[in-house]
Amino acid sequence: MLKTVEIWCLSLGALLLSMLLIAAFIFTTGNSPSEVFHSLYRGAFGSWFSWQNTLVRAAPLMLTALCTALPARVGLIVIGGEGAMVVGGLTAAITGIAIQDAPSFMVMSAMMIVGGGCAGLWILAVGALRHYRNVNETISSLLLNYIAIAVLNFLVVGVLKDPATLNNPSTYSIGEKNMITSIGDSSVHWGLVYGLVVCLAMWFVARRTTFGFAADVTGGNIRAARLVGLPVAKIVLLSCFLGGAAAGLAGVIEIAAIQGRANSSLNAGYGYAGILVAFLARHNPLAIIPYALLLGGIQASGGLLQRAHDLPDATVAVFQGIIFMMILSSEMLYGRIKFLQPKSMIS
Amino acid sequence: MKQKSQLSLSRRKFVKTASIAAAGLSMALKTPLALAAAKVKMGFVYVGPRDDYGYNQAHFEGKAALAALDWVKAVDEENVPETIEVQKTMESMIQLDGAQVLFPTSFGYFDPHILKIAKRYPDTTFLHCGGLWDAEKHPKNVGSYFGYIDEPVYISGIVAGHMSKSKKLGFIAAIPIPQVLRNINNFTMAARSIDPSITTTVVFTGGWSDPVKEAEAANSLVDQGIDVLTCHVDSPKVVVETAEKRGIYSCGYHTNNAVLAPKGFLTGAEWSWATVYKNYAELIKNKQPIPNLVRGGLKDGIVKVSPYGAVVSDAAKADADKALASFMDGSMVVYKGPIKDNKGNTVIPKGKSYLQTDTWLESMDWLVEGVVG
Amino acid sequence: MENDIGLWSVLIAVLGGAIRVGTPFIFVSLGECLTEKAGRINLGLEGNLIMGAMTGYAVSYLSGSPWLGVLAAGSSGCVLGILHALLCQNKQVNDIAVGIAMMLFATGIAFFYGKAFIQPSAPHLPSIGFGNWSSSPVIKAALDINVLFFLGVALAPAMAWFLRTTRWGNAVRVVGESSDAALSLGMNINRVRLLSTMAGGGLAGIGGSYLSLYYPGSWSEGLSSGQGLMAVALVIFARWNPMNCLYASLLFGGAAALGPALQSVGINWGYYLFNAAPYVLTLVIMIAASSAKGTVRGMPGEFVK
Repeated sequence: MLKTVEIWCLSLGALLLSMLLIAAFIFTTGNSPSEVFHSLYRGAFGSWFSWQNTLVRAAPLMLTALCTALPARVGLIVIGGEGAMVVGGLTAAITGIAIQDAPSFMVMSAMMIVGGGCAGLWILAVGALRHYRNVNETISSLLLNYIAIAVLNFLVVGVLKDPATLNNPSTYSIGEKNMITSIGDSSVHWGLVYGLVVCLAMWFVARRTTFGFAADVTGGNIRAARLVGLPVAKIVLLSCFLGGAAAGLAGVIEIAAIQGRANSSLNAGYGYAGILVAFLARHNPLAIIPYALLLGGIQASGGLLQRAHDLPDATVAVFQGIIFMMILSSEMLYGRIKFLQPKSMIS
Repeated sequence: MKQKSQLSLSRRKFVKTASIAAAGLSMALKTPLALAAAKVKMGFVYVGPRDDYGYNQAHFEGKAALAALDWVKAVDEENVPETIEVQKTMESMIQLDGAQVLFPTSFGYFDPHILKIAKRYPDTTFLHCGGLWDAEKHPKNVGSYFGYIDEPVYISGIVAGHMSKSKKLGFIAAIPIPQVLRNINNFTMAARSIDPSITTTVVFTGGWSDPVKEAEAANSLVDQGIDVLTCHVDSPKVVVETAEKRGIYSCGYHTNNAVLAPKGFLTGAEWSWATVYKNYAELIKNKQPIPNLVRGGLKDGIVKVSPYGAVVSDAAKADADKALASFMDGSMVVYKGPIKDNKGNTVIPKGKSYLQTDTWLESMDWLVEGVVG
Repeated sequence: MENDIGLWSVLIAVLGGAIRVGTPFIFVSLGECLTEKAGRINLGLEGNLIMGAMTGYAVSYLSGSPWLGVLAAGSSGCVLGILHALLCQNKQVNDIAVGIAMMLFATGIAFFYGKAFIQPSAPHLPSIGFGNWSSSPVIKAALDINVLFFLGVALAPAMAWFLRTTRWGNAVRVVGESSDAALSLGMNINRVRLLSTMAGGGLAGIGGSYLSLYYPGSWSEGLSSGQGLMAVALVIFARWNPMNCLYASLLFGGAAALGPALQSVGINWGYYLFNAAPYVLTLVIMIAASSAKGTVRGMPGEFVK
């Protein structure tokens, strides 16, 4: 339990420190930090409208974060969320177009199975290359991002193009009836709930199942895991598959809830933002949820910073960079602050 | 100030929608936000940076011109991607800034983003740059506007045709979409009207903003003996500068690029969005109906030709001015049959011609004879 | 016949492109090579590249001297490198995560302060016309080579020599090979890594200034299309050998030039796939060079922890 307290204390401390640094940065730009913070709050969490804005931005981040977080639990640093999301979205769109006229729940299920499955295999390949051939998974997943994006663009201006999309080359539409709807009369789509459910489920798997335990052992020490007879290959590959499938699902939702068709907007940087969320959450699927909200909130208020304070759009990137670096710096304090350590654990 | 009658739009559509638009507008004026401030509030959204010498800067300059009008309050946001982000940006401008009319300026914003938000905010007007508003399919509070930029591109083509010695022109384009293909075709046909042996070689970079690839494309084209270069990418800066470095001529695009190539700059096609945006602001101020479909070219002042560079010959100027005059009096018909595509098929048969306003031209998917690529 | 001339010039364009497009790769990959030799991955060199491009351009514009710009770009890269090294000093902090954080932060800062420098024209770096003997403008253009290219070409063997024979170079290799061995030899691991990452970051910054001050030669937010990230892959492709980094950089530069060059002679099928060629190539080579057992030849031992 004390471990949780430690995480809370250090994370909040790091966030506080980053707020101070951000305030200093804002000060150097000639703006009033308190006013900018007020706008940040107003744009991200100040009203129901702002909350909706934050929630829809956080939804894909929860899923793409899992693409880094789950493989990280078995010791692999995968940064291929962007590519997996593109693969998931593209294959889902193709599926949706192909069986458009089927009942909409069937279309949706098929899109999720195909999109999630293909993206899962995409990242599984990364895990397999690492496990069987010692190919660096970080680099291979990065390269696969570029390849996925190139394939998407190639198909979308080529064979998959709907001629009616004219100046914004896209595939055909999956059909209005097959789209994911909004929750009630809000502008938040049900995709958010998928994200929450998947994060919770993965948290449950990681914390409460033998598979989760085995994955942690593998991530901690792969030789020890082999010695105790764990099916290491299966654990690594499955973790990668699940991570890829989660990012793929983000792509499916992007298609089914937002775009309705696949085009180059599928490559919008959610995958890269997801890496950030995963590391901020220290690869804990449950902690991904609040951090996705934090990042979504900062992005949501970015527009207001431009309009109300005349700050350029890059301001948001600076803020995120500062927070990310502070949280990472706080990592070095784990196990070092005495009163946060359980007595028996001090070595 | 320009009058609304000068905005060219289909009269039938106008009659059909004007009353509805007027109703929508008066409703907008009844909302508390609009009552609270007498200023006309406008919001602009760009897909890229405001100051790229290109497409986004052209819109920003249009928006900046509104600052001179003290009864307008204009806000803007740059680098907004074509995802849920643009939907939220539009909503935020409506909810937090009280924008009455929005100008999302990237083509990809239209479907599904503008269409979706417009349904949710029936009292706000959404005017989209580049789209083709259709009374049957699209909400009444949505409209689209665009300029026939291919008209000044045609003038560039005439000047290029005169100035080229190698009879080979180069065109660097992002992706093969109708707007781009139409510019390539106009450029080529204009040059071939001067000398039918001229060809245009096209390189597609595959992206709207990829400076290294644009520079590489420019160098490759120059290596092939091309001596006049133009482009259709988000920012023409790299292409025009590379042409200058290699000592060949260039034609600008989007904004006035003359400063980028003091020696080899010929002329260029520019947007003049200030005209359009001031027009819309006047309409809203005077509570006049906003037309749903606005198109216009050189004679409407929506697009213009960059001043000729010092090197342009008198013969080139004379022919270019002649073509400009016939665009201004409306007698110019660029797409007049017979026209063949670059695969040898006849696309427009003899005797058939398409006027500039014809929407068939807005779904162009072919390249004219004389284009390599 | 005309086709022959076309293909010839494609070849020359690719060779010229290898030099033009490849130069920033040389700097970033050598920087990454040095960093990785010392046992760290710096995924943030993309940030250094963009930061270098911005500061280089800004300083060149403000001071009127492009060489001061290069110096400033290198310094900004060094600062970012130091920051990376300091953050990574603790074992619990993952260097890849720090790299991504640095990339985000540096890109944000560069875009933030770079707004003012998108429009103005800064003085460019000079080039040397090696092709002036030729009457062909194509050859002249291909051989119009920037000074930084030669610096990069000289740097590769210099770094190879440094790593192989000097005491400092040995220290870098030992630290990268095995931190236990380095400890037992009484080396200050953190200091060696700090200096390597700093120097590596500085080189990446210089690579960035090449982009903004020579080719394509202006500062804009879309200037880098991931060259900094690519360089990390390139080092693996080059098996951590500085000379190979040089060759691989030229290969990647040439590959990037191939698509536009083919289109300029009328071959325009699938340019998106051509654009992806370097990535596919790297992946294939990585797979081919890997082995089921243990490590790849030339790989620093600390690389897989």
